[in-house]
Amino acid sequence: MFTIVFYIIAATALLLSAISDRGRTAQALHKAWRAFAGILPEFLMIIVATGLILAFVTPTFIATLVGEDSGVLGVLVASLSGAVTLMPGFVAFPMAALLLQKGAGILQIGAFVSSLMMVGIVTFPVERKTFGTRVALTRNVLAWVFSLAIAGILAVVLGVLA
Amino acid sequence: MSGVSGGPLRRFAGAIGAVLLLGIVAIVAPHRAGEAVSTIGFSLTEMLLVIPPIFVLLGLMDVWVPREQLMRHMGDKSRVRGAVLAFTMGSVAAGPLYAAFPVATVLMRKGASTFNVMVFVGAWSTTKIPMFLFEFAALGGTFAITRLLANIPAILLIAVVLTRLTPLPAIDRPDAPPVTN
Repeated sequence: MFTIVFYIIAATALLLSAISDRGRTAQALHKAWRAFAGILPEFLMIIVATGLILAFVTPTFIATLVGEDSGVLGVLVASLSGAVTLMPGFVAFPMAALLLQKGAGILQIGAFVSSLMMVGIVTFPVERKTFGTRVALTRNVLAWVFSLAIAGILAVVLGVLA
Repeated sequence: MSGVSGGPLRRFAGAIGAVLLLGIVAIVAPHRAGEAVSTIGFSLTEMLLVIPPIFVLLGLMDVWVPREQLMRHMGDKSRVRGAVLAFTMGSVAAGPLYAAFPVATVLMRKGASTFNVMVFVGAWSTTKIPMFLFEFAALGGTFAITRLLANIPAILLIAVVLTRLTPLPAIDRPDAPPVTN
């Protein structure tokens, strides 16, 4: 649905742009294409790598490792699984809910979801290309630390409110 | 920015490597490779469906938004308003994290501050509204709202630390490299 909204916004903007200046609009489309073509190799690598990783890091695999009693090790495993994986939210959140049903701990799932969103190991090549190695690395390390902190907060809040 | 420099073979070396790895997996564990291929098909479809409007908007922004104007709204002196704008831009985004970086490149070139670029990337990574709705539905309101509220200070802190600790060669420089090559 949000994608449709984006298409409508982009189409409207493109139309308005074309009405006011055709040359500039062509230039904008050219730039859009160049930006896409420039980053395409990284996109393809990310997509193939993600497919490979997800073939091994399955919900069942994670569930066996991140049970309620898996403790600190389970949190670390969940967090690392989240960091190396990349998946759209509409796949990730139902999967997290399924993992909870299968007996995964809330702390572990919090760590998984948080690092999944914030830390990007497969997307690192694009990030490095954009920001440079130092910034990209620092951002991911910080994001990973914060994702663990957020997992802790989630566990406390849900433990208190449950 | 390596961009389009280097031959096509070199540019696609990573992707080719990943495909070769997939080939090895196909020989060793055909079942896993099958699963990988179906995920790859899904992701490629997602990329082709979700990404075109993002890049069209990126191109339009690059052509139509003057550098001075973007600097005023998102540059070093933009203060709270710039951060709110960056946060909103990241949050209303649709699309995977890797699509955020080309947009960040345009923002950097147009003179957005390091802090605001990092807030934008942080918001895109974790507080996207479509994601929040899915999260709310799957994991419940308490989980989704707690995570959102905990994420906002986290994103800001990461942006502060990155601004203080790490020089961004491409950012804040009028002659920063173009989007590609």
